[in-house]
Amino acid sequence: MNASYQWLKDFVDIELSPSALAEVLTMRCATVDEVVALRNDLSDIVIGRVIEAGRHPNSDHLWVTKVDAGKGVLHDVVCGAPNVTVGILYPFAPVGATLPGGLKIEKRKIRGEVSEGMLCSARELGLGTDHQGILALDVQASPGDRFLDVMPVGDTRIVIDVLPNRPDLLSHEGLAREIAAATGRQLHRPHHPPATLHKSPEVKDVPTIDVTVEDTDGCPRYMTAIVRGVKVGPSPDWIASRIEAAGARSISNIVDVTNYMLHGFGQPMHAFDLRKIEGEKIIVRRARAGEKITTLDGVDRVLDDSMMVIADAHHATAIAGVIGGKGSEVTDETTDILLEVAAFNPQRVRATRRKLGISTDASYRFERGVDQAAIPDLLNYAVELITRVAGGVVPGDPTDTHEPYTPPGAIRLRISRVERLLGEKIGADEIEKYLTSIGFVVNRDLDSDQLLVTPPSFRADVVAEAEVIEEIARLHGYENVSSEIRAFRPGTVPDAPMHILSRRVRERLIALGLLESRPMPFVRTGDDSHRVRNPLAEDEAYLRTSVIDTLGRRAEYNFAHMQRNVRLFEIGTVFTAARNPDTGAPAERIHAAAVIAGDRRPRHFTEPQPPHFDEWDAKALAEAIVDAAWPGAAVSLDASVGEVLWNVSVNGNAVGTVTRVSVDAPVWASPVYGVEIDLDAIPFVTATRGYRAIPNMPAMEVDLALIVPNAITSDQVASSIRGSAGDLLESLEVFDEFKGKGIPEDTRSLAWRLTFRHPERTLRDREIQGRTAKILSTLEAALGVKQRSS
Amino acid sequence: MTREEILSALDEVQAMLIAAEMQQTREAVEQARNEIFGRKNGRLTQLSKLLASLQPEDRKIVGARLNSLKVEGEGKLEAKLQQFGQETVAPALDLTMPARRQWKGGRHPVTVVIDEIEEIFRELGFTIALGPEAETDWYNFGALNFPSDHPAMDMHDTLYLSDGVLLRTHTSPVQIRTLQSYAPPIRILAPGNVYRRDFFDASHAPMFSQIEGLSVDEGISFVDLKATLTQFANRFFGKTKTRFRPSYFPFTEPSAEMDVECQICHGSGCASCKNTGWMEILGSGMVHPNVLTAAGVDSERYTGWAFGMGPARIAMQRYQLPDIRLMYDSDMRFLEQVAQ
Repeated sequence: MNASYQWLKDFVDIELSPSALAEVLTMRCATVDEVVALRNDLSDIVIGRVIEAGRHPNSDHLWVTKVDAGKGVLHDVVCGAPNVTVGILYPFAPVGATLPGGLKIEKRKIRGEVSEGMLCSARELGLGTDHQGILALDVQASPGDRFLDVMPVGDTRIVIDVLPNRPDLLSHEGLAREIAAATGRQLHRPHHPPATLHKSPEVKDVPTIDVTVEDTDGCPRYMTAIVRGVKVGPSPDWIASRIEAAGARSISNIVDVTNYMLHGFGQPMHAFDLRKIEGEKIIVRRARAGEKITTLDGVDRVLDDSMMVIADAHHATAIAGVIGGKGSEVTDETTDILLEVAAFNPQRVRATRRKLGISTDASYRFERGVDQAAIPDLLNYAVELITRVAGGVVPGDPTDTHEPYTPPGAIRLRISRVERLLGEKIGADEIEKYLTSIGFVVNRDLDSDQLLVTPPSFRADVVAEAEVIEEIARLHGYENVSSEIRAFRPGTVPDAPMHILSRRVRERLIALGLLESRPMPFVRTGDDSHRVRNPLAEDEAYLRTSVIDTLGRRAEYNFAHMQRNVRLFEIGTVFTAARNPDTGAPAERIHAAAVIAGDRRPRHFTEPQPPHFDEWDAKALAEAIVDAAWPGAAVSLDASVGEVLWNVSVNGNAVGTVTRVSVDAPVWASPVYGVEIDLDAIPFVTATRGYRAIPNMPAMEVDLALIVPNAITSDQVASSIRGSAGDLLESLEVFDEFKGKGIPEDTRSLAWRLTFRHPERTLRDREIQGRTAKILSTLEAALGVKQRSS
Repeated sequence: MTREEILSALDEVQAMLIAAEMQQTREAVEQARNEIFGRKNGRLTQLSKLLASLQPEDRKIVGARLNSLKVEGEGKLEAKLQQFGQETVAPALDLTMPARRQWKGGRHPVTVVIDEIEEIFRELGFTIALGPEAETDWYNFGALNFPSDHPAMDMHDTLYLSDGVLLRTHTSPVQIRTLQSYAPPIRILAPGNVYRRDFFDASHAPMFSQIEGLSVDEGISFVDLKATLTQFANRFFGKTKTRFRPSYFPFTEPSAEMDVECQICHGSGCASCKNTGWMEILGSGMVHPNVLTAAGVDSERYTGWAFGMGPARIAMQRYQLPDIRLMYDSDMRFLEQVAQ
């Protein structure tokens, strides 16, 4: 909402500056986004008094004057105006000033005489067309005062963020009401419209208009009035300047009055050219499917039967509540008008303007709701203004078609409830003062704790006690409510396990040197169940089913920006094929995923070419994620085929994969490996595995170099060793792999370290030799694995 | 020269030798060696040339002294030089060379902000609750007292999945889910992703993170709302001014927006606060009785307050980011700068 500071002053005495007023509105009512000085192009102009004026020696129409513009210095000014008079105040543009339109005043010689500034005409200041002479000012002011400070030409636009519950603030009157309440002033209207119209029943030859509202759901109240014999022309300045300050364009006196009523009082109105209404009929009805209308903006529109039109006997002449039709537009030739003042169903207007893709000042107000009760009064007001600015007479009574109107009911307000909610006691007198200041009616004839509060008709948003309490709170001032810390009880809700789990995994991945990513979760393709119905763009029309999908694109993004080292992870939501039984939405799961590519370590002069990340790093990440999420769980990674390197499972349940991620990568990029673990598949466990005594007996280590046929995996070898080593085998690790020279074809050499330990005594060589022999014989028998001869 | 003169000159040479042995650098030792044993001008070389002028018996005595000085002295200096040689076989470590660093990991700046917020609210008695991102119309709007088909919905341009199923436009549905599952007292914080049908540009994203807070119990009032949120602001931003001003959310009544003093200009007005001197931080309010009722809570007995804020906006201000898309791109160069 654009409010004019000067216009607001028509409704309420304001002693605050525009910015101080903005502050009051922000703290008591609605946030002011911006305060814009209009006519700032006059900010360089000051008041000047002509002290001397004499004929220019080299010209018969120029004057040489001395001008006092304050600061105790007289300026020599050459002036061509015939009306320059000693002793009079004029607008003066000193050297350095810029006039509206951009002319910069400089010191110069005019026919040999120095001129240090310019006395200005109304036209030069953009204040009218008068160029007969300079603008003599009849104001109380001193030379040197800023022109804008003493002349009422400047205005300030206050841009207010009116939230959807307060349509009453979409007018100057509504804002002024709040200002009056907040500053303890009275609200008054600039003019006092008559209670009834000044009719001229003697006027003859007037088409009578028969008004029918067929679509009563869409139009709860419809009033019209006829004004005959108007003269369409430009608006007087006082209307034009008001509506222009509010951001509207001055069009003609008739249209400007309707805009004046819209911005001034929040009620959209529409003026039809009476002669263009065919069949002496106005019908408010649903549009017919496919019905066409050319609207005021010159666009041909096709309507459907959910919409509502104002029609004459033959055609739609306006789209109700949204925009008028070109066919019945008021033009310079118009002499008789039909003024429409109505209330339309907010949802219907909203649906129509969304379908048509237009929003107008009128539709904006109708879809938020106008005050039905105010319509007769505002109709009279508007007709009065029209006859004043455009002449014309009113031949008869207005028409009024309306549904039964129920004014807002009284609300029971408990003073004790106000205190419970606000935490502070506010007395009944104070409450009454606040509420009556914004038009509520307060009845205190109940018991001492209760008030009966009736909201005014323009406050349809106030329906219950809670809304009344908000009114009290904001008028009391939020800053006047204490912010002392009071006792509270801790809550009963335990932390969401997934939050803790995610945090553990995040911390682990960060410790491993990965950076967290929080990308958009949309993807280009998917199945129908994952499609967003109204996507912003086709390349983000689906919800993802895997985080690696998203991270793969992020790796590509980095490659595209010449970043070859990528280490990213995300803990985020994926949407599965299953349905959430509760909501019918795709069931969600939280996945932790990571992608790695490029150098395993930062380059260092001791290692100019660090090794690249490979599948073993990815495998370790998978183990790390599971270990962080579920410390001590038995994780196993089973080799797979294709892009999936390993399937990860915990205690036998599949939880994720390690993959070679296919990305669109430049030739120089190293392979991308990815890990994705479903954290929802991991139970939330707080206990970790128990402590195992640290051994105090010495261990015995045996290294075995084994020739392993290629068909045998290291897992097979390990489980064979474990199976035959007995329970003294404490640990087993493979520490070298070798293929090639000295190793038979189709085999490889794997070196293992076996660590044996007895918990209570030192082991003897013999014991171990026996076990080793058994291990070797088992390996050979079961797997064809032999010890490598040295 | 006489015999005595030569012998005393040899004493001087001996002193020179001792001094030479005490030199700390190879260069100094070599120079001293040259001064003493130099083939042409060495002091001892010159003195040995005088031997011929002496009587044979004197020559014997002087010659012996001279010879022992030459052999011992040369040996000692050679050994001294050997020492230097050994030290320079391995050159000294250049300690100005760079450290061997590891890759540094880090949290996304939005996570950093969420964690900081969480930490403060935990101390104020809050625990963490989560909820689904795909929600029903009822949880997202209906239960939160949104009037159907009302301009209030324009603030929540919604991405729909199917009839009645949408991507949540705020974290407030978690309020309802929590109130349905637990009895008051409730003090929860609900971080999560929310979705809006906003085109992805420098200042809008169709998905962003939000944090919801909810406190419901007997006797909870607007004073508690102000106290807790003011406390939060002072801990999060350091001692700062705050203000609460009227606002509108369908699910709170009264509703309040909390501003803190602009962290860039400290209230004097700048481009980043649009010259207001204030920075909008969060929306809040007393939970509307209709919301409590919808969630099955006795709204006469219990009252509560709630708030919602956008950690990404705070992160944007903190890092002075010109474009919100930086947060989503996952550019390694960006994350390496700001992740922690």
